[in-house]
Formats: sequence, C-alpha cells, structure tokens
Amino acid sequence: MKRVGVLALQGAVREHIKSVQACGAEAIAVKWPKDLENLDGLILPGGESTTMRRLIDHYGLMEPLREFAQTGKPMFGTCAGLILLAETVVGNQDAHLGVMDVTVERNSFGRQVDSFEAPLEIRDIDGPFEAVFIRAPHIVSVGEETEVLCVHNEKIVMAKDGQFLGCSFHPELTDDHRITDYFLSMIQDKSDLLLPNPSTYSKV
Amino acid sequence: MTEQGTDRVKRGMAEMQKGGVIMDVVNAEQARIAEAAGATAVMALERVPSDIRRDGGVARMADPRITEEVMKAVSIPVMAKARIGHIVEARILEAMGVDYIDESEVLTPADEEFHLLKNQYTVPFVCGCRNLGEAARRIGEGASMLRTKGEPGTGNIVEAVRHLRQVNAEIRKVVAMSEDELMTEARNLGASYEFLKEVKSLGRLPVVNFAAGGIATPADAALMMELGADGVFVGSGIFKSDNPERFARAIVEATTHYQDYKLIAELSKDLGIAMKGIEISTIAAGERMQERGW
Repeated sequence: MKRVGVLALQGAVREHIKSVQACGAEAIAVKWPKDLENLDGLILPGGESTTMRRLIDHYGLMEPLREFAQTGKPMFGTCAGLILLAETVVGNQDAHLGVMDVTVERNSFGRQVDSFEAPLEIRDIDGPFEAVFIRAPHIVSVGEETEVLCVHNEKIVMAKDGQFLGCSFHPELTDDHRITDYFLSMIQDKSDLLLPNPSTYSKV
Repeated sequence: MTEQGTDRVKRGMAEMQKGGVIMDVVNAEQARIAEAAGATAVMALERVPSDIRRDGGVARMADPRITEEVMKAVSIPVMAKARIGHIVEARILEAMGVDYIDESEVLTPADEEFHLLKNQYTVPFVCGCRNLGEAARRIGEGASMLRTKGEPGTGNIVEAVRHLRQVNAEIRKVVAMSEDELMTEARNLGASYEFLKEVKSLGRLPVVNFAAGGIATPADAALMMELGADGVFVGSGIFKSDNPERFARAIVEATTHYQDYKLIAELSKDLGIAMKGIEISTIAAGERMQERGW
C-alpha cells in the first residue's frame, strides 16, 4: 500500500486525508520531521501559506522537506501548497521550499468575493473537473521542463514538473478524487510489495 | 460557467482556516504583528471586546478607514464585524471587499428579532452559536462558518467551553438517534429536520466551527482544540496582554500542537501577564453578549 503524508500544520488536512484513503492509499498526518520517514509521497494542502511557512520554520521542517524533495519522491501542492513548492513567488524575495520550476502569484484572482468554482479541462484527466478556487494563486510562468496541465481564463492553474504536481484550486473540497488518483499514479509501486501498516492517522 | 459565492466557495474559505488562529486587530500595525505571528486571518475592529465592554454605549461596525488600512497592511484574509441584522453594514463591508463578515453579538444588535439572510450575499459569514439549534438557524440563513459565542472580552474561557461542549454533545445525540426520533428533536432544538438529517449523516456540522469568546492563554486555545474546535478566534487576549508578539506566536503554536503538552509548557513560560479576566457571575444577565441573537 502506498503511504502518503499530508503536511498537517494548518488548513484542509482532513479533506486530503479522506481523499487519499478513498483512493486506497494510507494517509499519514505530518506534523514533525520524523513523520516524513517511510513516506512514498507528500501532499501540501490548502490553507494560509504565510502561517504554514512560519510553522515550517519554527519546527525545523524546512530542511527535512527539501531533503524529502531531493529523494525524488512525488510531492503535490494545492493552493497554499503550490505556493510552498514554487521556485519563485511574485513579490517575495525568497521562495519557500523553492523546488518546483514555476513562478506563482498569490491572491491573483482577487479577494474572497471574487473566489469561484468552474469546470476545468485538465490534460490527462477525462471529462471536466469541478474546481473550487479560493483566494487562489496562479502560475505566472513555468520552466522548460514543466508541463502545463490546465489553463483557466488564460491563467495556468495546474502544472507538473517531474516529481512535483501543483494546482491553484482545491480538489480536496470536492468528492472527485481523480486528481488525487493522478498524483498516486506518480508514485512508484515498490511500496506495494511491503506489508501494509495499520493507519496511524487518528485525528487532525 | 464560472460561479461566485457558492456554498462550496464560501464554506471552503473557512476550511482553509482550519487549525488556525484568527486575531482581533484595531490597526495596521497590530495586523502586521498578527500576520508575522502566523495568524490565518485578522478581524478588523474599532475596539476589542474588552474595551467595548468597559466603554459601554452602542458598538457599531468599525470606521471603514480602519478596515481599509488593515486590508492594505496584510495579505492574509481580513474579516470584519457587522451588527446582528444590520443589512447595510454588511453590504458596506461586502462592497469594500472584506473576505469574511462576522455577524457579531460583540456589537450592539441592530435587529432583536431577525438575523441577516446571509445566503443573499457573495461574501461569506461567520456567526456565533451556543447550541445546535442556534447553529442550525444560522446555517439555515446562510452562515458558512460558525464559532462559539463564549463571553467576549472577559478572558474567561468557561462560556466558550460550555458552548462547544453543548454543540458537540447535541451532535453526538443526533448521530445516535434513530431516524424516527429526528423530527421531535428538530422541534425541540428549533432546527430544521433536513439539517438534523445532514448532521446525522455527516457526523458533524456541515461547516467549520471555531472557538471564540474568552480565550486568553495558549493553554486556553489548546483546550478548545482538544474539545473539538476547528480553530480559534482570539479577541482581546492578544493585544491586551503584556507582550502581544510573544502571546500571538505562543497561541498559534499551541493551536497547531494542542496535544504536545511539554511544548505548550515551554511556550507558556515567562509570557508576562495575560489580560485581566472577569468572573462571569459578576456580569449582570442583561449585559452578557452571548444573550444577543437567538
């Protein structure tokens, strides 16, 4: 069984855990560096990126997260999670993790009253995907190796850079698990050979 | 086919606040301190609840200049309070682009009978509740997020604990009930039958529920998380303490790691004096903010 961590400092943690479990994988809430051990992939959820960043720094998670990225294991960021992954954030001098070759701009669709939902056409996913955008960022530009998976109103809202997947909307707020499934398919199957562990997730 | 102001968009915004701390601020400087400390949102106000309580008189929506100043100062969401039932204050805040409106009993109600019909607005609302019936009525009107009422501005956690335990006990009761008992329970609680069916099938409220009203220390914030709150609002507790920056950071960390008691002990050390609290029984029944609204 694949073991997928969900960074559980703040935000839509419960929803991602539910979605991972619905796709038949094991979900682990990650609060401390030790929780990153033995994971096959990691999800950085939606929430407030400034809050998550502060807690990442305070608990010494930055280096362990970058080391995790260096192992080549897949990482998936939604909304704030995408901001954490991005190599460049418009208006910020320093990136957060800075591992995914994209430039993102925060709150680029406006304030909460401008937040919206819309059906998206996503490359590699059949049929429209009902996406919820909340004070969402967008991807201003992508690196040479980065594949654009979805564009909405001329803004890039989903992309993949090798092991990194990022989207500016919240698939976790819907019952449609196709994007989680897509992320799980990026994880190699070696862990399926191991015996499954009992879920250590109880409450977030 | 783009849709704004849907339930999913409005409730989803509150989902992104989960595990976070929303702090009351009265100016741009406080807002920046709150953001730097890791607040997930700020509530722009003219006076914090303890000052409203002390000053008396009619408490209204804040001067739009204060709210605007706070909105310019930070990139996290900005919430603001409108009086219960004050349609125009709410519309003004919506027009200003405030991210969330608190239809709040901290302000003097504009309408003693009717709350706002919140599903008519694009901006989402948070409302206070003391029990499941009140939660049901606010959600029925369109609230996208709830919080306990507690007793604002007292620095006394007892009422917030009472309200959160009450809501959660009533949810557990509904979940355990058989379907044929739900209609009577709906009548008893003053909740709709459909709402109780939804709570029964979800096993929880359909919206996020934060704790508010009396949180003064990191341990208070952790206690509310322990009791099942999705996050906390801290009103007077931070900027009425001796050292707001440290208090704000400590409350954020205690909320994230609410079951790490050694950590909470560490971050509670030498924090200075918390806001001075008020014993609830010394507040005349007519002056309790939680009695506002129904």
